Amino acid sequence: MTISLNLNGKTHDVDAEPGTPLLWVIRDELKMTGTKFGCGVASCGACTVHVDGEPVRSCQTYIEDVGESEITTIEAMSDTEIGAAVQQAWVELDVVQCGYCQSGQIMSAVGLLTENPKPSVEDIDNYMYGNACRCATYQRIRAGVQRASEILEA
Amino acid sequence: MTVQTTRRNFLRGGAATAAVLIIGSRPDGAVAAASGDKAMFNPFVKIDAEGTVTAIIKHFEKGQGPATGLSTLIAEEIGLRMDQIEYEFAPSNPKIYNNLAFGPFQGTGGSTAMANSYQQYRTAGAAAREMLIIAAAQSWGVEASTLSIEEGMVTGAEQSAPLGEFVAAASSLEAPAAPRLKDPSEFRLIGNAEVRRVDSVIKGNGTAQFAMDVHLPNQMVAMIARPEQRGGLVRSFDDNGSKEVMGYINAATLPNNAGVAVYAETTWAAMQARDALEVEWDLDAAEARSSDEIHSEIMAALEAEPQYNVSKTDLAATQSAIGDAAQVVEQAFYFPLLAHAPMEPLNCTIEATADGGVILHDGAQMPTGPHFALSQILGLPMEKIQINTMLAGGSFGRRATPDADYQTEAALAFSMTDRSRPVKLVWSREDDLRSGYYRPAFGHKVRVGLDADGAIVGWEHRIAGQSVIKGTPFEAMIVHEGIDHSSVEGTADTAYDIPNGFFGLTDTPKATTTLWWRSVGHTHTAFVMEVMMDMAAKAAGQDPIEYRLGYLTGGTKDQQRLAAVLKLAAEKAGWGNVAEGRAQGIAVHKSFGSYVAEVVEISGNADSGVKIENVTCVVDCGLPVNPDVIKAQMEGGIGYGIGHVMRDQITLTGGAVDQYNFPDYEPLRISDIAAIDVHIVPSAEAPTGVGEPGVPPAAPALANAIAAASAELRVSAMPMVENCVDFV
Repeated sequence: MTISLNLNGKTHDVDAEPGTPLLWVIRDELKMTGTKFGCGVASCGACTVHVDGEPVRSCQTYIEDVGESEITTIEAMSDTEIGAAVQQAWVELDVVQCGYCQSGQIMSAVGLLTENPKPSVEDIDNYMYGNACRCATYQRIRAGVQRASEILEA
Repeated sequence: MTVQTTRRNFLRGGAATAAVLIIGSRPDGAVAAASGDKAMFNPFVKIDAEGTVTAIIKHFEKGQGPATGLSTLIAEEIGLRMDQIEYEFAPSNPKIYNNLAFGPFQGTGGSTAMANSYQQYRTAGAAAREMLIIAAAQSWGVEASTLSIEEGMVTGAEQSAPLGEFVAAASSLEAPAAPRLKDPSEFRLIGNAEVRRVDSVIKGNGTAQFAMDVHLPNQMVAMIARPEQRGGLVRSFDDNGSKEVMGYINAATLPNNAGVAVYAETTWAAMQARDALEVEWDLDAAEARSSDEIHSEIMAALEAEPQYNVSKTDLAATQSAIGDAAQVVEQAFYFPLLAHAPMEPLNCTIEATADGGVILHDGAQMPTGPHFALSQILGLPMEKIQINTMLAGGSFGRRATPDADYQTEAALAFSMTDRSRPVKLVWSREDDLRSGYYRPAFGHKVRVGLDADGAIVGWEHRIAGQSVIKGTPFEAMIVHEGIDHSSVEGTADTAYDIPNGFFGLTDTPKATTTLWWRSVGHTHTAFVMEVMMDMAAKAAGQDPIEYRLGYLTGGTKDQQRLAAVLKLAAEKAGWGNVAEGRAQGIAVHKSFGSYVAEVVEISGNADSGVKIENVTCVVDCGLPVNPDVIKAQMEGGIGYGIGHVMRDQITLTGGAVDQYNFPDYEPLRISDIAAIDVHIVPSAEAPTGVGEPGVPPAAPALANAIAAASAELRVSAMPMVENCVDFV
């Protein structure tokens, strides 16, 4: 079936069966590869995208449920104030190691700062809990969120 | 007209030639240069006619930082800013890009990337600098000794010009045999904590390309249906269900009968089609045992006289000394199978080239292995195979299989097609956890005799587990007199002056497919050594740090450096001055040439729940090339070491793995460790490893902290959550 997706401000017509995870439409149909496949069961957060501004796990979001919603991926984050601040903080602190989970980390961090511009350490730990990083860059993720908060406040 | 002022233009010289200067150092130390697209000899540095300098990185980048580190060495010696150098990964060619620690084999591992590249890459950069300067000196009619290169500009008393202007002339010069390396006092980039990673931007904006991101025109995705029990073989399969899946193409039994390749147009279609496939397996030769049996076998092996006398000492003498001791501290330990679980599920893509060869796109940790495997399977000469090494989403050892396991699967899947379409092999997370290669299970049993003053008078240490190395091409390098060094490293070779030490090893039969796992044998040996030292100190009524220092007084370099990191860790962690409700544990260990001490501070205890409040780490890894990357590796190593002992294990029931995905193999999460504080010991010694050495002391330091908080409860079987320790 043909489905119309609103993604990063553009409309994309894609051919996909109902039940297809949004993740695989983004990656294999639209060939936008910043959104990652890590577990397929919403346990690692590498596939995090925003649907109407809310972080969701795209591996467990089915294409027929997206409807008219606005989907935003890592590729469009630099166009947003919060996204740009988080990316700047990530580079300043060299948060990344292998980097494979970091698109998802940044999408979640932007979600957190959107609803909570000055999160406490506990807020960060609670919100980012579902984003796994096997390199264990967590100390810098925590510091990166705090730094992004500072950048946004300035 | 708009003039772009990109850094390429900044470096662009006046000469509009097509010359390319390629410089590198031969293994024998000589240096050669080649120009243009002629045969290029050992190239680590490429400078094109526009003056763009590119470092050719022979180690793959799984996050541990060689793209940054090796680029830094080249930039330092030539005289560039970090934003004036680009990087690309080396092609597969073990004659040129071999790991000097591995022999004629190209690969990354053993925390050797910087240690084996430090002189090689500096020499290559220095040779480029000298050739460019000679060319400039000839052009300007001045003495070469009056010129230098700073920030990409060749500069003398009278003139200054971008180095790109001299690339064409320099490329026709003979390379210097022994270029002068910069003195450390001249370093601007090496050791500079402000030097940033070269891959941060692309990994934060979604543009970094991992092998999983390969989308070649007309490519197919292949997934392999494998038996639940390793070693099972395909008897037959039925793909009627798969045919209902949109995008399903075909399925075929792999030539080695190890599985069925399912081909589809997309990853999702391949996943669904594989789920719908019905396979009948021949399990006669498959693994059938359970972890309980493996555990019993290992613990029983510890009771028998060890198969190998690792320390080459007299067991009877040790037992006699312990028999005369005033008190004996005794403990048995068990470490389960562990998966590596890199964030990027394994995958690679093979495509045919117009000349009848293939390209493998892969986050290749040891390119020589898959290069050879593809040659054999596809019936192609080595020179017809190219390997495009891409960024790797983690490894922790998993991508370095001696049998090139997943690349072999891809080659087999490709070999069954008409080769007209690229084949991308993709593993799921379930494949990764269930069909993987594991850190072998190991057991230790230790008896330490103490005299009336608490001093060690004898140490009997038995180790049992499955060898990782035997039966692999690495056997000749690592197994000596039957002893797999990777099973015992960190024990008999301890720097502690232990009187009457005996260390013995027994190989247990193959339980499943095993593999080195970040820090290899040290994952269990450091735990046992450091917990036993802690228990001995407590039994002696002495401070654990002072007690350890008492066994590091022999004056060897190892002892001095271990003592130094211990003392500094104690100072930085405020050892002994903890708040009410807090407890500390310490461990120190040498691995991969580096010395690391870690103090774990916790609140709570095993009953009420342990919270890891802080980890203080002190590392001496020789001259720190990139201090911030070193800190990051220590942070990551601590997380990797602690995360797994907290709650992870792979178990088998009837040969089948019990875990499926992350909920059953729960990764370390952000809230598990509240803070990590890393300190680097200043050093002028040669650089040593950083990717692995942060791992070994972390778990025993945690165990020692838990013991201090929990009435000396010694958690000695992993994971801790299965053995009386709760975490909050």
